[in-house]
Amino acid sequence: MTSSVASADTDSMMQMSVNREFGGAKIRPPSARTLSDLKEGESGIIDRLDLPEDVARRLMELGFLPGHIVVPARSAPGGEPRVYRVDGSEVALRRETASHLILRAPSKIAGKPIKP
Amino acid sequence: MSDCHDCGSCVVAAPPTKLAKATRSHVVAIIGPPNSGKSTLFNRLTGLRQKVANFPGVTVEQRVGRARSSSSHDITLIDLPGVYSLTPRSEDEQVTHDVLTGEMKDTPKPDAVLLILDSTNLGRHLVLAAPILSLKLPTLVILNMADDLASRGGQVDTAELASQLGSPVALISAAKGDGVEKVFQFIEGTAGGTTSLSAPKIQLPVLQDIPRCRQWAHQVGIGAAYQAPAPPLWTRRLDSVFLHPIAGPLIFLVVVAGVFQTIFSGAKPLMDGLQSWIEQGSQWLGSVLPAGIFRSLVVEGVGHGVGSVIVFLPQILLLFLFIGILEDSGYLARAALIADRTMAKFGLQGKSFIPLLSAYACAVPAIMATRTIESKRDRLATILIAPLMTCSARLPVYTLVIAAFIKERPLLGPLLGTQAGTLLGLYALGFLAAILTARALKSSILKSERTPFMLEMPPYRLPTLRSLGLRLVDRSKVFLRRAGTVILAVSLVLWVLLHLPLQNGKPPEIEHSFAGMIGHAVEPAIKPLGFNWKIGIGLISSLAAREVIVGTLGTIYSVEDADANSEGLRQRLQSELTPAGAVALLIFFAFAMQCMSTIAVVRRETGGWKWPAIQFAYMTFLAYLGALITNQVMRSGLIT
Repeated sequence: MTSSVASADTDSMMQMSVNREFGGAKIRPPSARTLSDLKEGESGIIDRLDLPEDVARRLMELGFLPGHIVVPARSAPGGEPRVYRVDGSEVALRRETASHLILRAPSKIAGKPIKP
Repeated sequence: MSDCHDCGSCVVAAPPTKLAKATRSHVVAIIGPPNSGKSTLFNRLTGLRQKVANFPGVTVEQRVGRARSSSSHDITLIDLPGVYSLTPRSEDEQVTHDVLTGEMKDTPKPDAVLLILDSTNLGRHLVLAAPILSLKLPTLVILNMADDLASRGGQVDTAELASQLGSPVALISAAKGDGVEKVFQFIEGTAGGTTSLSAPKIQLPVLQDIPRCRQWAHQVGIGAAYQAPAPPLWTRRLDSVFLHPIAGPLIFLVVVAGVFQTIFSGAKPLMDGLQSWIEQGSQWLGSVLPAGIFRSLVVEGVGHGVGSVIVFLPQILLLFLFIGILEDSGYLARAALIADRTMAKFGLQGKSFIPLLSAYACAVPAIMATRTIESKRDRLATILIAPLMTCSARLPVYTLVIAAFIKERPLLGPLLGTQAGTLLGLYALGFLAAILTARALKSSILKSERTPFMLEMPPYRLPTLRSLGLRLVDRSKVFLRRAGTVILAVSLVLWVLLHLPLQNGKPPEIEHSFAGMIGHAVEPAIKPLGFNWKIGIGLISSLAAREVIVGTLGTIYSVEDADANSEGLRQRLQSELTPAGAVALLIFFAFAMQCMSTIAVVRRETGGWKWPAIQFAYMTFLAYLGALITNQVMRSGLIT
């Protein structure tokens, strides 16, 4: 149970950005890392979902919630879709979708226990 | 993807399911997220006493069964669609919500709920407990996959979880049957009115807020001393092979080729056995019945008409067995993953792959399975192309023609022969036609933005004999019911049409019978395809269902020649068709939409006659053109 939620910080659990448009990527600061930037086996913590509400809800139901650790695993031949380990299960996403899941900046995670 | 539908009756007739009869039975609903083992538990509780139907007015399927109960209570179980929440956004969630709140027409509000969750992933699965428990119905929280949880070192305190949630909790393994008696006890208890509810220890969260619900589930898990199990090692090991960049796709191809070779050669002994039984039965009937019209009707109409179709049962069951193994083992989700990029090139997504693969069994459940596709346009495109996939009703036609015209030679060593190779080629042809049609549709009238693909990869599991067995029993029932209704009816009508009008009080020569006249009337249109008037009769009768053509030809040849059998059917076909005509016939069947059940289900799913009409016209055109080109090109000697 403990492995699924990285931080006990409930406020950040509630934070999520849900945009109406797919083009939400444009307003993202250029430095922000997304799920699609992670290499296989590298872990990251989700900060927000930059996607239309219905898509974001489905992803959250599958475990892609702010504060959760995600680890990219194997992909289909050709690099996508890729399987992501999140919240105790494995879910496959295309790169296009993964690039709208914004990760927390590394400084925010520093010092907190991370169990992949 | 579920293939346990009744292609014939549930779709065409779809009578409103009335659970509430005069003596109202105790209704128990089973609900759980996808991959929680809901169907396994349902099968475990009901065995063979189940049937599939649709909720009235919507496309969502419902499985209803009677519980195997030792007591006198009459208990009805409803298997609801797999959902993550009760927020009514998709049709599945709407139906689940409506049934549980008693708002579903013709379905009584459940008296009790079985909430089934995967114990190896309790944190995420407990999220569904919040909306279910807030309904205040007597609920048993079932933690499934207890065997996996234990073997991977996970733990949970069920007594503590029960007091946290205010509902009884049972840790079971639906696949192995461990702990299922606790579920029966609960059902019996609620039927006897002995279960009481207590308030949950931790207040339920605001249901619309997913992060808050997840947080609540997390706290409940901590309260119940839940220890998440170690990651599924075997799944990761298998994935490193099945999703290997090179080995993965190769294994996929080997699996597919192996399946086809087995369908073709593995089923042969069984089919031969069945064949000789049916012949002996026919002969016996012929010897005990007095000579005359009735004997002729039974032997020629029923024996050779229906009998020549029933012979294909082992092959169809073998196909369903393979699809069942692929699905139950978890490999199908990996196949969808591998296929996604290819599907994307044709404007579809990996999720369309699962309905399309199940269309290899039957287009009817495949079309119903498209409801998991969120995008309306993607869904319509998938519905329109699904009947091009090679369904099992084509198998009897293909097998008969291939066995008669294709000489068996090794193609890929022992793995694949020319006959199975031809069959595989026809399957590939259907798939190719389907995805090219999809591309045309998606780049024109059904153009839309790419929809996100998200697919949960379930852990690999060993398929249970029980679940595979139930699928086969179910499929046999559907097949035999079709043989006993549609095919029997067409065979009998055909027999009558072959024996009228009487000439001097005697049945006419087959050429001068009503059936012969119809055949001759269509002959000019099909002659360029290499088909004669007898094949013409077969094509018309197969408008009801594809496999009917085999029965029709069986009846025609047996009327013509009293001692025909299927070995004879093959030989007769060789004298009726040229090799070019035979290949043209295969191509015709690859493309044509000869299936009333499919037309009916497309009409219902798309809400009108427009799309099925377009689809029927398109597929018939494709079939005619394909057969015409094949016959003309092969006859001119360009290809031999």
